[in-house]
Amino acid sequence: MHIPDGFINAGVSAGAGVVAAGGIGVSLRKAAKTLEERQAPLAGLVAAFIFAVQMLNFPVAAGTSGHLLGGVLAAVLVGPWAGAICVALVIVVQGLFFADGGLSALGLNIINMSLITAFAGYAIFALLRTALPKTRSMTSASAGIAAAISVVLAAGGFVLEYALGGTGNAPISTVTAAMLGVHVLIGIGEGIITALTVGAVLAVRPDLVYGARGLTPRLEIRAVEPTAERAVARR
Amino acid sequence: MDRKNVLLFLIGGLVVAAGLAFFVSPLASGSPDGLNRVAIDKGIDSTEQPHAVGDGPLAGYEVKGVGGRGLSKGLSGVIGVGITFGSGMILFGFLRLSRARREAREGSGPQGARDRTPTTAPGP
Repeated sequence: MHIPDGFINAGVSAGAGVVAAGGIGVSLRKAAKTLEERQAPLAGLVAAFIFAVQMLNFPVAAGTSGHLLGGVLAAVLVGPWAGAICVALVIVVQGLFFADGGLSALGLNIINMSLITAFAGYAIFALLRTALPKTRSMTSASAGIAAAISVVLAAGGFVLEYALGGTGNAPISTVTAAMLGVHVLIGIGEGIITALTVGAVLAVRPDLVYGARGLTPRLEIRAVEPTAERAVARR
Repeated sequence: MDRKNVLLFLIGGLVVAAGLAFFVSPLASGSPDGLNRVAIDKGIDSTEQPHAVGDGPLAGYEVKGVGGRGLSKGLSGVIGVGITFGSGMILFGFLRLSRARREAREGSGPQGARDRTPTTAPGP
């Protein structure tokens, strides 16, 4: 879903750059405040994993493919703030080194694929989690459903940007219908990959999954001892 | 012990990511993705401009000078995983460090808990 240079005019691209920089700036501040020691290397791994899986285009219709965006996956694993940074980092690496996604469109791409998916997607995940039973399988399913919807929202982001500053001649209604239609299909792939990956991490290290806090009562009890001591020592 | 387990998890995760990039990415669909397909079908791709690093050594997920499309793509993927992981570790390590510093600062004095707000307000 990488927008190349030229699709969206310079003004809207620059405006998107400002919005994206602001969003990532806030995310950096929040992540700096909330990131736990062991989550830092994990976030690096999540970014690297998303880079790899974004290369795995899967066919969705005749002559069309889709790939993971990864915002919900990252947000569920390391939290929305660090998650948004992970995907933004992937987009920057892709643009700078792999000529994937225009450099003038960096802001547009970060808004669509990182900010929208990580924040709107995570909000949907959080809603589903409160509504559904708190089990591992329901956590994976919630992540998958939220991820699927996040792809359609990201496509909506492009539609909005095209409406504001698209340089092409196609009417907005045509682009809207085509974008949303194909990204419902791609969203299904995103949902499956996200649910499987979250499920795999939950099976191995449930305590490392940000979006599954509260799912591991045994580990919580074990953590009480040293934490309580430290809390007392701090006072 | 927990630290060791996290290290194992990291190594395992990196092996999976590099393995996907090297072995699976050459098998991925080469068709345009959803956005590019729409752009082509609706004729809004005519305004596309050449990429600034379109001639770069890794442009288009190919390592320049490496023959064989599959090997070239797989190799570029492994390099990309390395670049992303390395820059991510630096970035998140720095964020983590800044938190540790702030906590140390806040813990040192009774005023520390007031966060970043400067106590000397620009008065009259």
